[in-house]
Amino acid sequence: MNETKKHSHDHDHSHWSDMDLKVKTLESLLVEKGYVDPAALDVIVETYETNVGPRNGAAVVAKAWNDEAYLERLRENASDAIAELGFTGRQGEHMQVVENKPGVHNIVVCTLCSCYPWSVLGLPPVWYKSAPYRSRVVIEPRSVLSEFGVKLPEATKITVWDSTAEMRYLVIPERPSGAKDWSEEQLAKLVTRDSMIGTGLALLPNEVPA
Amino acid sequence: MNGPHDMGGMQCYGPVEPEKDEPVFHGDWEKRALAMTVGMGFAGKWNLDISRFARESLPPDFYLTKSYYQIWIAGLQKLMLERGMVTPSELESGKLEVPAIEVRRVVSVDEMPDALAAGGPVDRDAILEPGFATGERVRAININPQGHTRLPRYVRGKVGEIVEVHGCHVFPDSNAKGEGENPEWLYSVAFDSQQLFGRDAEEGNVVMVDCWGSYLEHA
Repeated sequence: MNETKKHSHDHDHSHWSDMDLKVKTLESLLVEKGYVDPAALDVIVETYETNVGPRNGAAVVAKAWNDEAYLERLRENASDAIAELGFTGRQGEHMQVVENKPGVHNIVVCTLCSCYPWSVLGLPPVWYKSAPYRSRVVIEPRSVLSEFGVKLPEATKITVWDSTAEMRYLVIPERPSGAKDWSEEQLAKLVTRDSMIGTGLALLPNEVPA
Repeated sequence: MNGPHDMGGMQCYGPVEPEKDEPVFHGDWEKRALAMTVGMGFAGKWNLDISRFARESLPPDFYLTKSYYQIWIAGLQKLMLERGMVTPSELESGKLEVPAIEVRRVVSVDEMPDALAAGGPVDRDAILEPGFATGERVRAININPQGHTRLPRYVRGKVGEIVEVHGCHVFPDSNAKGEGENPEWLYSVAFDSQQLFGRDAEEGNVVMVDCWGSYLEHA
């Protein structure tokens, strides 16, 4: 499509081993200088690879769907309400929830960099940090949504939240019908990462993977 | 600085290509790149806004063609070089050639979980009353500073409406220069997408942008 894109793909793959070497060299230098403890760096990796991820956000959404009082606390002070479930930390210090409703759809972006609610969604996917998403979602959100296979009703109004400050936004997707008596644990399975960014919808009960 | 990072409203980058079942990291070096960047933040030699500016002021061809964690590594190296924490020759060899400089904190294994959980809140006690109220019409000022700013180009000069007053937050434009936190009231401002982009934008949508008080004037 264009040179920039083609170029970046070439780099991403052919230069992986260069990056391995460069990053290893850097780490041994930082360790030798005493600036970092490598075992403490392992803790950072483990935290974001296994402990913190979209399952956190799904638990928040499922509880919000099931518990009106909790939803009210989320609206009042989302950081505190999310902390009730034990989810705190970097890039989640100042949380706000935005609720999808019939006729209202919310999408989150950071046009300037990659701001993302780590405490509830983990680290952002590559596409969220990419130029196509960051540039276009503010001017043509429907077109971007179509690239995710999402088609909203014509009359639905879209609100795009550009995370230009330290506020971090979590989308509460619409609760699908057909899951009336489901437990929070079951409901959480309907909540995808993309549905909490706004580039997807919650799954229907019959779409939950076995 | 009007740099390549300020992408909102550009149309030239092609389609979004989500990767199916994307892993958290693509290769071990990305894990270490994340960990070193987060870990070195505790050294106290820069703040969040300084590190953002280090990345966004990398050469534009580099910024637009390298992967995310390549940009992080380049930003980290730049910050450390600027402060004399490492030398170019050390970055090449990976071996200590000049003594380390003193840092604020080296987080141990035992301390790291709490250090990560604590995060780094940027809200501060208010000194003044907020300058704008919910429902008020405001114009984003037209500024083009050489330094760091979080006012995207696509809203400058445009009129919107205050929808929420968030409290006082550290002001990035001064914090990025090491000139202090100078906390200001932060507002969510709603802009009509056709006000921003004219008739070529999809109709009926709203873009919310978080703006500090000094980015705004009464309209």
